[in-house]
Amino acid sequence: MEAFNIAIRGIFIDNMVFAYFLGMCSFLAVSKKVKTAVGLGAAVIFVLTITVPLNWLIQEYVLKEGAMVWMGDDFASVDLTFLQFIIFIAVIAAMVQLVEMIIEKVSPALYGSLGIFLPLIAVNCAILGSSLFMVQRDYSIVEATAFGFGSGTGFFLAIIALAAIREKLKYSDVPNGLKGLGITMIITGLMGLAFKSFIGISF
Amino acid sequence: MSTETAEVEVVAQKVKEAAEPLFSKRRKRLISDPFSDDNPITVQVLGICSALAVTVQFKPTMIMAIAVVFVIVFSNLITSLMRNAIPNRIRIIVQLAIIATLVTLVSEVLKAYSYDMYKVLGAYVGLIITNCIVMGRLEAYAMGNKPYDAILDGFGSGFGYAWIILVVAFFRELLGGGTVFVGTPLEFDVYGSIGELIGMKLQTNGIMVDSVGAFVILGIIIWIQRTRNGYVEY
Repeated sequence: MEAFNIAIRGIFIDNMVFAYFLGMCSFLAVSKKVKTAVGLGAAVIFVLTITVPLNWLIQEYVLKEGAMVWMGDDFASVDLTFLQFIIFIAVIAAMVQLVEMIIEKVSPALYGSLGIFLPLIAVNCAILGSSLFMVQRDYSIVEATAFGFGSGTGFFLAIIALAAIREKLKYSDVPNGLKGLGITMIITGLMGLAFKSFIGISF
Repeated sequence: MSTETAEVEVVAQKVKEAAEPLFSKRRKRLISDPFSDDNPITVQVLGICSALAVTVQFKPTMIMAIAVVFVIVFSNLITSLMRNAIPNRIRIIVQLAIIATLVTLVSEVLKAYSYDMYKVLGAYVGLIITNCIVMGRLEAYAMGNKPYDAILDGFGSGFGYAWIILVVAFFRELLGGGTVFVGTPLEFDVYGSIGELIGMKLQTNGIMVDSVGAFVILGIIIWIQRTRNGYVEY
C-alpha cells in the first residue's frame, strides 16, 4: 500500500516537472506535437522504471557505507558514496543505449521522430534526479520501483498535457516576444498550479 | 588543391591564429554573446532543469551559479585538451565522465566547507551533471576548439546562465519572502521596512516561493529579454 501511495504521489503531487523542475529541457523541446510527446513520455517511463531499482541495488550492495560486507569482513568499512554520481550516470547511459536500440528495431518511425532526443534522455534530469531522490528518501526496493514508475508517469502526463495545449496555442495571437518559450513557461506554471489541487491525495 | 598549397594554408592559418591578440574581437564575442543575444536559458532553452529549483533564495542560487560556472569552464578545458584523443563513438560517455568527476569534486567541497548549503541544494548539485548547458557546450564547442577559446566560451555560457537565475532568485525572494539577499552581508527586510513606514503588515506572495512563481517569473524575463532583442520564435 505504501508503494502504491508513493506511485500516486510521484504522478500527481511530487510531479517531476511541476514540483521539482526536472526534465525541463526535453519537456520544453519535445512538447510541440502530441505524438512525439507520447513517444518520449513512454521512453521516460520505461527508462525510469528500470534505472531506479537498478541504481537502488547498486547503492544498497556496492556504494553505501558498509554495503560491501557481503564480500567479506575486510570490506565492512568501505564507503564508496563519492562514486555515486559517476556510477548512476553510467547505468543510465547504458540503459538509454539499450532502449534506443530496442526502439530502432521495433518502431523505426518513432525512432525517426524522436531523433536527437532519445540519446538526450541520458542527460534528462528527471532520470538522474529520481535516482538521487530515491537515495535521499531511503526507499525500499519495492518503493523505489513504484517511485520510478510514478515519476515517469507524472512526466508522461505533464508532457502530453503541455503538447496538447501547445497544439491549440498555434492558433492564438501571442505577443511576439512571448511566443514559444515564454508563453510555454507561463503555461507550465499555471499547469503546476492546477496540479497543486492534488495535494493530500492518499489511499 | 594540391597537398602543398593545403599545407601552406594550414601554416598560414596557424600564423594567423598565433598572432590573434589575447582578447580579440572574436574572443570577446565568445564571452559577450551568451549574455543576451545567445543566452543559454532564454534563447537556446538549455539548462532550465536545475535553474529553477534552487532559486527560492539568493544565496543558494549564487552558490549554484558558481558551481555551474566552475563545472562548465573546467569541463570545457579538459574536453578541449582531450578532443583529439576522444573516439567519436564514445564521446558522450567520456564527456559525462568528465562532468561527473567535476561535479563530484564540487559536491565534496561543498559538503566539507558549507554543509548547510549542501543540505539546501540537496540533489540539485548532482543534477549539474545533467545540466544541458554543460553537455551542450562540450558537444558544440569544446570538441572542436582550442583550450583557451574553450575556457572563454565556458565563462560566457556560465555567466549567461548565472545572471538569469540570479535575477529569478532576486524576484522570488523579494515577492515570496519580502526580503533580499538573506544570508549575505547585504541582507535587508524590504517588506518589513515598508510595513513599518506605512504602519501595516505587508502580505508576502506564497505562490512565488512555490514552483509556480519560478515558471512565471522566468517566463516574464524571457518575454522582456526577447522583446528587447527582437528575437521571435515560431
